[in-house]
Amino acid sequence: MIRTPSQTVGPFYAIGLCRRAENELVHGGIPLTGSLLDGEGEPVTDGLIEVWDPVDRRWGRSGTDSDGVFSFVVAKPRARGADAPHLLVFVFARGLLRHQLTRIYFPDEREANTADPVLSSLEELDRTRLVAEHDDGGLRFDIHLQGELETIFFST
Amino acid sequence: MISDVVLRDDPTFGPEVQIDYPGYRSTRLRVPTRPLVPSPEELHSLEGPVFGDELVEPGDGDLTAQHAGEPLGERIVVGGRVLDENGRPAPGALVEVWQANAAGRYRHEVDRHPAPLDPNFSGAGRVLTDDEGNYRFVTIKPGAYPWGNHENAWRPAHIHFSVFGRAFTQRLVTQMYFPGDPLFAYDPIFNSVRDPKARALLVASFDLATTEPDRALAYRWDIILRATPFEDGP
Ligand SMILES: [Fe+2]
Repeated sequence: MIRTPSQTVGPFYAIGLCRRAENELVHGGIPLTGSLLDGEGEPVTDGLIEVWDPVDRRWGRSGTDSDGVFSFVVAKPRARGADAPHLLVFVFARGLLRHQLTRIYFPDEREANTADPVLSSLEELDRTRLVAEHDDGGLRFDIHLQGELETIFFST
Repeated sequence: MISDVVLRDDPTFGPEVQIDYPGYRSTRLRVPTRPLVPSPEELHSLEGPVFGDELVEPGDGDLTAQHAGEPLGERIVVGGRVLDENGRPAPGALVEVWQANAAGRYRHEVDRHPAPLDPNFSGAGRVLTDDEGNYRFVTIKPGAYPWGNHENAWRPAHIHFSVFGRAFTQRLVTQMYFPGDPLFAYDPIFNSVRDPKARALLVASFDLATTEPDRALAYRWDIILRATPFEDGP
């Protein structure tokens, strides 16, 4: 059978997908915030971010606000095999006809990050950009859809 | 002018959208330009989150019964099955919808279309599929609405859908359209799916058999996800 094609989430997804707060993957975890930015560095104010913990099958989502900012409460996923702990991130937005996938790694896992097969296959600059930064007791991870700082996205 | 927003069909695109479809203006500053990095194989065996009944509240499946009065518009039933491309049903899949009201207006602060809001219509619903992958909503037929993409641009009537299958890679956000809409030829979002056979999967069928006699017309729309990458059971 042919698959149903993807279409954009559009600018009004919040009435359907953000009726309840669903941005806490765990209670009392680590705050994770970031901005979603377009090719001119302008905030994307109608983006939708989903964060998935691939080990414990936790999931959460957050719309971006009028400054393009999303926010979650996460826990660092358990280590598994050779992989450094990481979160999988889907990006949806008006203008994206299909969602995009990226990954967030943790800044306090230098050793595991160095050994991670995905991270170590990337150029250094891209590798650095997939690691969240410490920020005010939590983590910060900006997503650039285009431009000089364009985030690395992965196939699904 | 329309030639700028609607390119010729191209069946070589298969079921995928052309993500940088030039007629859809919002893609220009938003679509990533670098090649995707291949994900490791494990991604395909990753199971999605499990959603329980607690996520769905009474009334979430009937968008005409969420307020004191009934919304204006043509009452319809929209239902079908969530399957994978091998025909395996997706039971327990979370299906969420949102849509404009009968006048083509969303209950969203950013929607500035000068058409009336309907105090009896919020335009959002969510259900879980049953053991055979069936879902069903009762709603009203949404109106077409103008948008700023190009001169006199109108979106064909549509309902937005978000679906979680059993696997991470089955995640799908899409839109369902109504058969025979005269706006299809002019809509760059619809036509960003270049293969007409794949595009046809975005269009529901009128289904007399599931109408509610003397009450509501019915449309059937099956949602076909990517192959389920594992056998049944955890
Ligand atoms: Fe829409």
